Amino acid sequence: MPPEISEQAIENETTSEAGRTVKTGGGKSRKILDAFAVLFSSKIAMIGLAIVLFWVFVAVFAPVLTRYTALEQDWKAPNQGPSKAHILGTDELGRDLWARLIYGARVVLVILPVSQHGWIPGGTALWGVFVALVIGATLGLLGGYYGGWLDEILMRLLDAMMAIPIILLFLIIMAALGASAINVVIAITIVGVPGIARLVRSLTLDIRTREYVRAAETRGESAWYIMFVEILPNARGPIIVDAMLRVGYAIFAMGTLGFLGLGMPPPSPDWGSMVAKGREFILEGSPWAAMWPCVAIASLVVGLNLLADGLREESMRYQ
Amino acid sequence: MNQFENTQTVLEVDDLSIAYETRKGDVKAVRDVSFLVREGETVGLVGESGCGKSTIAYGLVNFLGPNGKITGGNVHFQGENLVGRSEDELKKLRGDRIAMVFQDPMQALNPSVRVGEQLTEVLTFHQDVAQKEAWKRSVQMLKRVHMPDPEDVMNRYTHQISGGQQQRVVIAMAMLNNPALLIMDEPTTALDVTVEAAVLDLLEELKRDFQTANIFITHNLGVVARVSDYLCVMYAGELVERGAIREIFHQPRHPYTMGLLASVPRLGESKRDSVLHPIQGRVPSPARRPEDECIFAPRCDYATEKCRAARPSLQEITEGHFSRCIFAGEIEARQKKGKDRRKIPALESTAQEYSQSDETILSLDNLKVYYPQESGSIVSMFGLGEKKYVKAVDDISVRLSKGRTLGVVGESGCGKSTLVKGLIGLEKVTEGDLEFLGVDVTEEVSARDTKLIREMQMVFQNPDSTLNPSYPVGKQIARPIRKFKTVPRNQVKEEVLRILRAVRLGPAYYDRLPRQLSGGEKQRVGIARALASRPDLIICDEPVSALDVSVQAAVINMLLEIQRVYGSSMIFIAHDLSVVRYFSDDIAVMYLGQIMEIGPAEAIYDPPYHPYTEALLSAVPIPDPEAEQKEIRLGGDVPSALNPPSGCRFHTRCPRRHDMLPDGGKICEEQSPPWQQGEKGHRILCHIPIETLSTVDPVVHRKS
Repeated sequence: MPPEISEQAIENETTSEAGRTVKTGGGKSRKILDAFAVLFSSKIAMIGLAIVLFWVFVAVFAPVLTRYTALEQDWKAPNQGPSKAHILGTDELGRDLWARLIYGARVVLVILPVSQHGWIPGGTALWGVFVALVIGATLGLLGGYYGGWLDEILMRLLDAMMAIPIILLFLIIMAALGASAINVVIAITIVGVPGIARLVRSLTLDIRTREYVRAAETRGESAWYIMFVEILPNARGPIIVDAMLRVGYAIFAMGTLGFLGLGMPPPSPDWGSMVAKGREFILEGSPWAAMWPCVAIASLVVGLNLLADGLREESMRYQ
Repeated sequence: MNQFENTQTVLEVDDLSIAYETRKGDVKAVRDVSFLVREGETVGLVGESGCGKSTIAYGLVNFLGPNGKITGGNVHFQGENLVGRSEDELKKLRGDRIAMVFQDPMQALNPSVRVGEQLTEVLTFHQDVAQKEAWKRSVQMLKRVHMPDPEDVMNRYTHQISGGQQQRVVIAMAMLNNPALLIMDEPTTALDVTVEAAVLDLLEELKRDFQTANIFITHNLGVVARVSDYLCVMYAGELVERGAIREIFHQPRHPYTMGLLASVPRLGESKRDSVLHPIQGRVPSPARRPEDECIFAPRCDYATEKCRAARPSLQEITEGHFSRCIFAGEIEARQKKGKDRRKIPALESTAQEYSQSDETILSLDNLKVYYPQESGSIVSMFGLGEKKYVKAVDDISVRLSKGRTLGVVGESGCGKSTLVKGLIGLEKVTEGDLEFLGVDVTEEVSARDTKLIREMQMVFQNPDSTLNPSYPVGKQIARPIRKFKTVPRNQVKEEVLRILRAVRLGPAYYDRLPRQLSGGEKQRVGIARALASRPDLIICDEPVSALDVSVQAAVINMLLEIQRVYGSSMIFIAHDLSVVRYFSDDIAVMYLGQIMEIGPAEAIYDPPYHPYTEALLSAVPIPDPEAEQKEIRLGGDVPSALNPPSGCRFHTRCPRRHDMLPDGGKICEEQSPPWQQGEKGHRILCHIPIETLSTVDPVVHRKS
């Protein structure tokens, strides 16, 4: 049995070496606090966060925040401006605009209708980006780690996908699959995968050269272990920032699709189609039905961008 | 020191303080530093990372970046104060009367501009010299720095010349305007030992010819002993000792200097007869440096309450020798009681202490690892062209016995990293036999048996990237334990704590993240991780090269303890010959993919030498200004491994073959050399007979 070194000897040596008191790990709660610390130190990120949280909040608490539903029509009061009865006004069928806005936010951010009666939490934009992350990160890791033929083939396939203009890609997919929430998720995923895969691949190419990856290879760890346990967690900074931006792109894309008539079918409170419908009445003096959804899309996208920018700045500074 | 008494003072630094602005306020990087530099004198500025030596260098010419500023003191250059001057005025000085040479020549030279243009620019910008005249003078200067083919080099790009040549170009650029002051920041750290020796020779020559005042910044005590006349020792932003070089090495008067000198192995010392004393603790970060006490007190063996009461001032002990320690005068007496480098000879025999036996655990036979050269041509894509290989490891045969340590030395391009990769299975073995614990292991890691993998583990070079930043220390050490199932599941945490104790880290480290650890601590965790599977063989790939000198000693001692306590065999790769000699039982010297000399450690450092080993030993800077060292220098460059020289690989640069062989050494160009057998398993790959090789003088003499 090798001789044991006394505890006291080590305490003396290490506390003098440590020099300053370091708070020990503390586990998960510590990590979350650390992440928020990064957020709070950037003003830009805070503004972005405020906007995004606002929309999430109103989407979640929609039923409480308005007494109307998104579908209630009032033919006696079409195209009204803001008033005491309707905070933001009404559209051409007399539906309350505020209600339609926040219920519209619901589908995008909070609830995904899976079938006639079922739904799962998280909206179309969030689910779309999430699935794109899973698939894209896997492809990026595979290409970056293995290199060689696999990398070449994967990248050329993804290049081909990226060569098609995004809106056209969305159009084709929606036209082929039909308009429903799930199909919107699929469309967002397909559009998002190549970009994410590229990002993860370039991060992998860099991280792969680190010595801890070589140490894992020396231990005979499997490729999957190395990719997902050793490499991926160290790429999370840029990936999170990119994901946030993509949620913004997705919302913007859905707005465009809705505007072109390819979004959720009416009477669903799709922001894009609200703009399309409302457009006809702008010149008649009732810009409200078109304006509010525009403000909503713009603010949410800007909010996400600010949040992503702020996070990126902070994580860059940290490095 | 007195040779400079009557020469002009070129630079006088007076109580210089430099700080950096950060979000949390000003951080003092340098505090009250004073020294002077005279014409023709070289002042060495030595210290570990974070001590502020580079900051001073940049501060002198106000190169501090957007958030650095000089907060106090004066810098008098040729009588004029530089502090507070405008950027335009300083620009005129930089490159003209004050020149700088940086560490990495690849970064100092512009990769997209030809060498000639970069040189002439120095003259045309500062002195309004005509282009033709500037060209002529540049070529002359290149000849002065012993650049082969100077006219040709003028037309080349930076990447077309070697590292040593690039540094010569940088030096030439610095000297072109005949500056009064030359500041050199680690100019040879990035170079191989033999190239470094040649560049240091050049610097000595230039110093004699041009009488430039020099500031030479480095962390390497050996280099500074060679080049400086006067030495300033920095610690944590403060100047703790300064004096003539011989005096400081002979009689250091500050505990930090003494600690530094005690923690570096001298060439020729081995683990059996001397001990390294690391300096306990770590350097305080700039934000946490106490203002009213001796900055070294927390780590000092001689510290008392008085040391923490007030900041000591710089006292003059003997003429020109200053120390910032209140006990400086008495330290000599204390030193005799303190760190004795000699070890009391152990009562048991050495073999028992380092449980060695004759059982072979690793054997390499004619091992070859070749890389196919990637050629982009279409012909090669179809497999039609001639295949070219980079012969990184070319025919190596070695045996390693249980419990022994094999040191592998060589410069860049010798193939030692490839050898390691081949051993551990990260690279495919092209030809030859490799047997570990009796089992053939020529396949890659993925094809090897788990039981074998766990017996061969590795310690890596760079402490900053050896640990995964996303997981705490405990988890990373636990992984190999879990994977190789060395203990049952419920005992894993205990085992991790036990291993942490073995590398002298307390249980508090279990939950810490790598970024909370210092370089030395991270390296120890790396060692702990390698130990976790209780391997029979540990391969250490330059484990201490990236660490500060005082920390190196602690890690080396740690590895020694592991050798003793666990009886592991080790392969130790390094380029620092003193460290390798200290640590290893046997040493192999590699050149261009082959072993040139191999044998017990003592045998390598005394004659007979392989001519390459002799040149390597002549080139190692020794931290002892009294030691006399031979000056054998190699000409030319390391040949490419794509096309190694015929016959003996070393023949293109061998300084001995013309004198020691009949026919001027023609046989070296035609035939591969045989193994010359020496004593106790020592063998040399050379045509020169071993009797002749034994007649040369040893490389290092001590003037005692």
